[in-house]
Amino acid sequence: MNRARQSPLNTLAAHAALITWTAVALFPVTVIVVNSLKTRKAIFREPLALPSPESFSLIGYRTVMKQGDFLQYFQNSMIVTVASLALILLFGAMAAFALSEYRFRGNTLMGLYLALGIMIPIRIGTVAILELMVQTGLVNTLAALILVYTAQGLPLAVFILSEFMRQVSDDLKNAGRIDGLSEYTIFFKLVLPLVRPAMATVAVFNMIPIWNDLWFPLILAPGEATKTLTLGSQVFIGQFVTDWNAVLSALSLAILPVLALYVIFSRQLIRGITSGAVK
Amino acid sequence: MTALTLENITKSFGKTEVLKDISLDVEPGEFVVFVGPSGCGKSTLLRVIAGLEDASAGSIRIMGRDVTRVPPAKRGLAMVFQSYALYPHLDVAGNMSLGLKQAGEPADLIAERLAEAARMLALEPYLHRRPSELSGGQRQRVAIGRAVVRQPDLFLFDEPLSNLDAALRMATRVEIARLHRELGTAIIYVTHDQTEAMTLADRIVVLRDGRIEQVGRPMDLYNDPDNRFVAGFLGAPAMNFLPDPARPGLSLGIRPEYLRVAETGPITGEVAHVERLGSDTNLLVGAGEQMITLRLFGQHDFRLGAAITLDYDPARALHFDAEGHRIRP
Ligand SMILES: Nc1ncnc2c1ncn2[C@@H]1O[C@H](COP(=O)(O)OP(=O)(O)OP(=O)(O)O)[C@@H](O)[C@H]1O
Ligand SMILES: [Mg+2]
Repeated sequence: MNRARQSPLNTLAAHAALITWTAVALFPVTVIVVNSLKTRKAIFREPLALPSPESFSLIGYRTVMKQGDFLQYFQNSMIVTVASLALILLFGAMAAFALSEYRFRGNTLMGLYLALGIMIPIRIGTVAILELMVQTGLVNTLAALILVYTAQGLPLAVFILSEFMRQVSDDLKNAGRIDGLSEYTIFFKLVLPLVRPAMATVAVFNMIPIWNDLWFPLILAPGEATKTLTLGSQVFIGQFVTDWNAVLSALSLAILPVLALYVIFSRQLIRGITSGAVK
Repeated sequence: MTALTLENITKSFGKTEVLKDISLDVEPGEFVVFVGPSGCGKSTLLRVIAGLEDASAGSIRIMGRDVTRVPPAKRGLAMVFQSYALYPHLDVAGNMSLGLKQAGEPADLIAERLAEAARMLALEPYLHRRPSELSGGQRQRVAIGRAVVRQPDLFLFDEPLSNLDAALRMATRVEIARLHRELGTAIIYVTHDQTEAMTLADRIVVLRDGRIEQVGRPMDLYNDPDNRFVAGFLGAPAMNFLPDPARPGLSLGIRPEYLRVAETGPITGEVAHVERLGSDTNLLVGAGEQMITLRLFGQHDFRLGAAITLDYDPARALHFDAEGHRIRP
């Protein structure tokens, strides 16, 4: 950062823009959290008011805790998201390394084939996926969800990571080879740390859709033991009556783990950017 | 036994042939410099010798052992890269000792070699710093140190000084020459820099388009080149080529320092540009279509556009045929 070049006016303008954006982005989240702490009446009378001593109520959270096994749902969502992300990053990075580092017949074709998944949504194959899961006996298991989400995330991961891996210095990898490092060590110890910012980007991009997904949990794992948080929250949204206290409380709780994961990855992202490669 | 023998090495990427039938012997302890225009295959040849690329055809022997199919780490060589290529996650000591650790050497031997290399390259104060905390010159010394600790049979350097500034380049050049005398190990060194090539090399290998044009001692190549390409490539400013007045179709090569300003002479023209370097003066003379470079010792004044006559000693001129081959007397 070159501080001397920035005039105070520029700094002010930049901060004003950033603060406005933050406010806009945080507004819906704030409304949800604030209203989850109010009585039903207060939610509808004054949706934007903060909870006062009269309107304060934890009824929503109590309903959520009583209804179903919320802790279980939480755990399911957490397992599915973390496992899928880990597999996407591991296999995505390995495929990207192979595509960017080695010359072999069909390299370009393989890259194109892997990138095809970016353009074709995986939901088109839902029926086939369901049949496959029934045949393999994976229906109503978390493994089914993890496999599908891994497949869903891989194309973009391979695409982004191979682009970044091409930029890692050949000399560095070659120095490793002359020092007798195996290709695996070169990949894990030399290349991966240098593409950490890209890994964090891929993780953040994939995390939210997986955590929020309703489609595949509903179709592949609707059983009580494998329900995810998003699916579990649906019980409060009825055809005729919706328990808004419970819905808002469930949503507020659902934000927390995503927030935690995000904080972990964004730390990595910033550290990756600041540590940088040595030229 | 030779330090390195290349036999009919060929390398193709797809359909493009980058190295064409290269054969070369390097004696133990010899300092060999590869020069040639950009893209002629110097780095590729070095990578083939190191085993980072497989040769399409031909064989490679290092200290008498056939290493054509041996992986890079087992060839008994060490390489220094233009971009230093230090491991960012390791400190200087870690960078220098990784190769020995990978080879399974005992800890006391590693410590001993590390200490010796650090002393040789004056790296002791930095042993526990990360590469990102070092200057460019220090990083290059670490890269050289990493090669030295392995005590290889052959060093490979790929333009190691091209990222350094002029003063540091000179200092490091002298240091590499000293290191070579101290270690007595054969070195293959790729460079763009005339001065590095002329001052460091025992022998220079001139490459063009994936072929060896000529191999020889620096002064032999300078004074007695086989062809017009080698004559023009070595020496700065480059050799002048003129039509041979006696034999039409042939050409004449005269180095800028062998031309002199005279009352009468075969070349007339006018002063187009003067470069004053302090110790020398480079004079560009426009003679008809052609630009002729003249190098004079000391400081001289010329008026731009002034008419000038040049003369040379015919014994100093080299003769080339229409294909650029040298015609020796
Ligand atoms: N991996 C590759 N695939 C295809 N062509 C390549 C590859 N590596 C090098 N080449 C080609 O081989 C030729 C020689 O490249 P090389 O890097 O050896 O040149 P060089 O003599 O080292 O040039 P410079 O002086 O610019 O470093 C170039 O034309 C280059 O385009
Ligand atoms: Mg090169």
